[in-house]
Amino acid sequence: MYDIPHHTQETAVTDVKIKAKDVQVYYGDTHAIKDVSVEIENNTVTAFIGPSGCGKSTFLRCLNRMNDTIDICRVQGDILIDGEDIYDKRVDPVQLRAKVGMVFQKPNPFPKSIYDNIAYGPRIHGMARNKAELDEIVERALRRGAIWDEVKDRLQAPGTGLSGGQQQRLCIARAVATEPEVLLMDEPCSALDPIATAQVEELIDELRQNYAVVIVTHSMQQAARVSQKTAFFHLGNLVEYDDTSKIFTNPEDSRTESYITGRIG
Amino acid sequence: MPLLWLILLVLAIAAGVFIFARARVLAQSGQDRRTLHSLPNYYGSNAAMKSAIPALLVLVIWLIAQPLYVNTSVSGMIPDTAIAESSSRSLVLAEVRRTAEGLDLAIATGNMTEDEARNMRADISDVTQRLSDAGAIVTSQVTQPVLRAAQQFRVLNATGYQIMTAVVLLIAIAGGLWGVRETRPEFRARNVVEQGICVLLIAAASIAILTTLGIVLSLVFNTIEFFRLYPASEFFFGTSWAPSFSGRGGASDLGILPLLWGTFYISIVALIVAVPIGLFSAIYLSEYASPKVRAFAKPMLEVLAGIPTIVYGLFALLTVGPLLVSVFGDDGLGWMQAGTAVMTAGLVMGIMLIPFVSSLSDDIINAVPQAMRDGSYGLGATQSETIRQVVLPAALPGIVGAILLAASRAIGETMIVVLGAGAAARLSLNPFDAMTTVTAKIVSQLTGDSDFASPEALVAFALGMTLFVITLGLNIFALYIVRKYREQYE
Repeated sequence: MYDIPHHTQETAVTDVKIKAKDVQVYYGDTHAIKDVSVEIENNTVTAFIGPSGCGKSTFLRCLNRMNDTIDICRVQGDILIDGEDIYDKRVDPVQLRAKVGMVFQKPNPFPKSIYDNIAYGPRIHGMARNKAELDEIVERALRRGAIWDEVKDRLQAPGTGLSGGQQQRLCIARAVATEPEVLLMDEPCSALDPIATAQVEELIDELRQNYAVVIVTHSMQQAARVSQKTAFFHLGNLVEYDDTSKIFTNPEDSRTESYITGRIG
Repeated sequence: MPLLWLILLVLAIAAGVFIFARARVLAQSGQDRRTLHSLPNYYGSNAAMKSAIPALLVLVIWLIAQPLYVNTSVSGMIPDTAIAESSSRSLVLAEVRRTAEGLDLAIATGNMTEDEARNMRADISDVTQRLSDAGAIVTSQVTQPVLRAAQQFRVLNATGYQIMTAVVLLIAIAGGLWGVRETRPEFRARNVVEQGICVLLIAAASIAILTTLGIVLSLVFNTIEFFRLYPASEFFFGTSWAPSFSGRGGASDLGILPLLWGTFYISIVALIVAVPIGLFSAIYLSEYASPKVRAFAKPMLEVLAGIPTIVYGLFALLTVGPLLVSVFGDDGLGWMQAGTAVMTAGLVMGIMLIPFVSSLSDDIINAVPQAMRDGSYGLGATQSETIRQVVLPAALPGIVGAILLAASRAIGETMIVVLGAGAAARLSLNPFDAMTTVTAKIVSQLTGDSDFASPEALVAFALGMTLFVITLGLNIFALYIVRKYREQYE
C-alpha cells in the first residue's frame, strides 16, 4: 500500500486539519475499516471514492463521531483535529459535531420553517445575542448556501416544501450556520439532478475558502471536478491518497487504476 | 332434515363438483397442464363456488323469510275475540309459538303421537295438562284458537323446511352442473375465481359497515321516540338529572349537562395522568432504552392494556378510593366525603390509558426518520435537544392523534366510573366529589325496572347517541390529524 502520512507530513505540516492514524472500525464482528491513516488539509476539498461498502462513509462518520449513535460500532486508533484527539474521554462529541458539520446523502430538512431550519444550530449553541443577530446569521448562512435569493421572500415557509436541490442547499446552509471548521459531505449530490448538482458543486468550491471539506462521492467526474485531494478506499483499506490530478492521471496502485477506469467496482 | 346436515350436504356436493370439474379439465387437456388457461384447482374452485354459494345464499334468505311468512299467516287465524283485554296480538303469537314447541317436545318425549298433535282439540282433550307433563313451559290454559294456530304453525314450518331442503339441494346441483359445463381448457377459471374472492371480501366489508349503520339506526329511532316524550331543549340544557322511577310517580328531570360535566371532568383528570406518563415513557422507550430494556418494558406496559376495566374498577373501589380518603378525607384535609370521587375514577382511568398513549406515541416517534435525528446530531445537538426540538415537533400531530384516541376511550369508559366515581349526577368543581358520567347513567337507566317505553328508559338512547356523536367527532378529528402527519414524509 502507498504509505501516505510520511509523504505528506514533510510537505504540509502546518496545513493539516485532520490527522487519522491506524483507524479501525468494527460493526459487531465485522471489521469495516482497516488501518486507515490519512491527513486532511485545511482549505482543501478532499474526496473519498471507492465502490459501495468500501467503508468511505463509515470513515467519514468517524470524523465527527456520528458512529457513536450506532450501538454496535467500535472505533480504535487516533483521529486528531488540530492536534486534539477527538476520541479522548474529555472531548464532548456534541461540541465536536458543532465544529465538524455534516451534510447527508438525502436532504433532511427538519419539518420546520426555512428560517428555523437554519437557526436551529445557532440557537442551541447560543450563537446569537438577539433576534437581529440571529437574522443576520440566517441570512449569511443562506447566502453561503447559495439559496438566499430563492427563499428570501418565504423564510417562514416549511423547509420540506422546497425542491430536492433546494433542500440540499438548505441543509448545507444549515451546516455552515454553526460556523464549523470542517464540513463533511456524504454523497451530497446523489439525490439531485445535474443542474442542482452543478449548483452544489459550485458551492463546495466556494466553501473551500473557509473550511476543510471532505466529500464522499460515487461519481468519479465529481471527485475530479471539485476535489484537490482524493482518497481511494477498497474493502475497508485506504488504497491510495494523493493529489486528485495524480490519482486520476497516474495512479500508483493497480486497484486505483482499475477502479477509475471502471474495471472493478 | 336438520339444518347442519343440509349445509354439510351442500358442501359435500360442492366438494364432489370440485373433484369432478378438476378431473374433467385434466382429461380434456390430455394430461398436459400447459394447455390449460388456469391451474386445475381453479376449475374445481370455480365449479364448487357456483354450486355452494347460490345454494347457501338461498338457504340464508329462506331462513330469514320463512318465520316472517309463517307468523303472518298464523296471525290471520287468530280472531280478535281470542285476544284478551290486557293482552296483545304479539303476546298471543308468542303463546302460539310456545304451544307449538310444547307439541314438538311432547312428541319427542313420547307423550303424544304425531297424529294426536295434529288433530287434537283443546275443548275435548286436556292439552294443557299433557303438555306440562311432557316438560313444556305452558303459562296459561291452552285455548282452542291458540291450539289450532299452533298446529297450523307446525304444519307450515314443516312443509316450509321440506321445500327449502329440496330447493337448496336443487340449486346446489344445478349450480354445480353449470360450473362443470363451463369447465373447458380455454375457460378463464382463474379470473372468475378471483372475482368470486373479490365479491367475498366486499361482502365482509359491507357487513361491517351495515352493522355500524344498524347500530346508529337503532339509536336514532329510539332517540326520536325519546324526544317525542321529553323536550329536547330540557334534555340538552337541563342542569338537573333526577329521573323518577316507575311506581314513585312524578316528573323526571333528565338534563344531560351534569352527566356531560362528569364525563369531561373525569376524562380530563384521566388525560392529565395518562398523557405525561404515557408520553414520557414512550420517549424513554423509543429514544433512550437499550434494546434489551425495550424488549422487556414495552410488553410489560402493554399488559396494562389487557387488564379488563372491571378489574381497574375494583382497584379504584378497594385501593385508590380508600387511599385518597385517608389523605383528603375527614381525617386528613377534609375535602373528600367518600372513596368514590372524580379523582378516584380519573386516576385509575389515567392508569388504564397509559399504554394507549405510550404505545401509539412510541410507534409514531419511531416513525420519525433517522435522517432527522442524524441531521440534528450532525449540527451538534444533544439527544434531549434533538428529541425536544426535532423529534417531538415532527411527531406532534401523531401524538395529538394518539391523545385524542385515548380521550375517546376515556369518554366511553363505564366500569371504572360505576365503581370509582359513584352514581350521583352533580355539577361541581371539587374533584373529590362523587360524580357520574353518561355511560354509567345509560347502564343504570336500562337496568332499572322502569317501563321500556317511558322517557326514563328511552333517555339511555339519547345519551348513547350524544356520546356516539361526541366520540365520533373526536375520532374523525384524530384521524384527520394523523393523516395530515402522514403526508409530511411521503
